[in-house]
Amino acid sequence: MSEWVDVCAIGEIEEEDVIRFDHVGRTFAVYRDEDGTPFCTDGLCTHEQVHLADGLVLDDEIECPKHNGRFNYKTGAALRTPACVALTTYPARIAEGRIQVQV
Amino acid sequence: MTPARDYSLIGPERDRAIAVGLASAEWYHTDVPRKIMKGLMRRNDGAATRDTILWLGLLLLTGIGGVATWGTWWAVPFFLVYGVLYGSACDSRWHECGHGTAFKTQWKNDWVYALASFMVLRNPVAWRWSHARHHTDTIIVGRDPEITVMRPPDIARKALAFIGIPDAFQHFGVLVRQAISGPNAEEADYIPESEVTKVMFWARLFVGLHLVALLLALLTWSVLPLMLIGGPRIYGTWHMVLVGLLQHGGLAEDVLDHRLNSRTVYMNPVSRWLYWNMNYHVEHHMFPMVPYHALPALHELIKDDLPPANPSIPHAYAEMIAAVLRQRTEPGYFARRALPPGAKPYVEAFHTETSLPEAS
Repeated sequence: MSEWVDVCAIGEIEEEDVIRFDHVGRTFAVYRDEDGTPFCTDGLCTHEQVHLADGLVLDDEIECPKHNGRFNYKTGAALRTPACVALTTYPARIAEGRIQVQV
Repeated sequence: MTPARDYSLIGPERDRAIAVGLASAEWYHTDVPRKIMKGLMRRNDGAATRDTILWLGLLLLTGIGGVATWGTWWAVPFFLVYGVLYGSACDSRWHECGHGTAFKTQWKNDWVYALASFMVLRNPVAWRWSHARHHTDTIIVGRDPEITVMRPPDIARKALAFIGIPDAFQHFGVLVRQAISGPNAEEADYIPESEVTKVMFWARLFVGLHLVALLLALLTWSVLPLMLIGGPRIYGTWHMVLVGLLQHGGLAEDVLDHRLNSRTVYMNPVSRWLYWNMNYHVEHHMFPMVPYHALPALHELIKDDLPPANPSIPHAYAEMIAAVLRQRTEPGYFARRALPPGAKPYVEAFHTETSLPEAS
């Protein structure tokens, strides 16, 4: 089982927003939804390898900044072409005021 | 003299673009703080709903007016307006709803996208993928399927496009071919296999609806049904071509900076409404997530990092025509855009073909 990895203080990600998180040669996108709950997915769009952290969070969806493909960042499901392949999701939690992900 | 280039997506230019790192590359972006960009990207339904009600309402009114006065000269002004609303405004509605940015509500984007695709004679599935490629590899020869002004330019063909000839017939021919056999080899370069069934469905639907209009014209022995459906793509398409040619015409190929290969032009309010602000074309390509109604604000924010906008359509045409005329004999020539003082400079290594490494 992967270990929990520290990402940032909870206040460093606004509600309904996303940041990029790089860890041991991999890149991830870490989100907070409108209730403040954290989520984590792979950081690159499955269509053209663009960083999703530059995209827009709309409700439960992340929109890729390059081609407007969309994913549900809670389930990873691809919702709008040109995104067709789902994102991998990872567990995320808040512990002692910090966001952690299990990657 | 530079030799003419091969714009095919399955030829040697594609291999060269991939080999030298021009395909799916990193592009220049002006720095905009995340908080401000989030505000600009924010979606709403208000502007596009208002504009769409106005668009469809005017289409209905002018269409009814044209039918009611058919056979008299009074029909002419009605169809002049109807034609532009149908055969020109369809392009910007197709474009913005294809990006999914016009409306916040996605089904509204999808419905307007389907309707506008029908009007502009574009397969909604094939062109969604085509346009994604256009944004990945904007004006990269061998990769971009939407390069409108190739070199050396066919000026007569571009002039005829203002009256839809042969453009509208060519687009309809593509739909017929897709209805029968699906995507061809070039289209298959950017349309996934999983989308082929959808491509054929929409092509058959669009061809069928146009054949119904043609049948009605034959049964009534009147051109009126074709004045309402299909015909505006010929007699009303001039504004789409007028503004569309300016997007990239006469500018650089094979560069990774939209400031060099795209053009922002200040336009009158009617053209901007018909065009849904796509005259801010550098801004759109740099930040395609910003909805059309926020592009003027984005322009104000980043204009000091962009080449000065052309102040009018005639000014932009003077620049483009001079470049295109020269490209008849010098296909390697392009109009280079100057940057204002203080703008981040172009990265020369990405802006001169001769400085790019040769494909092995």
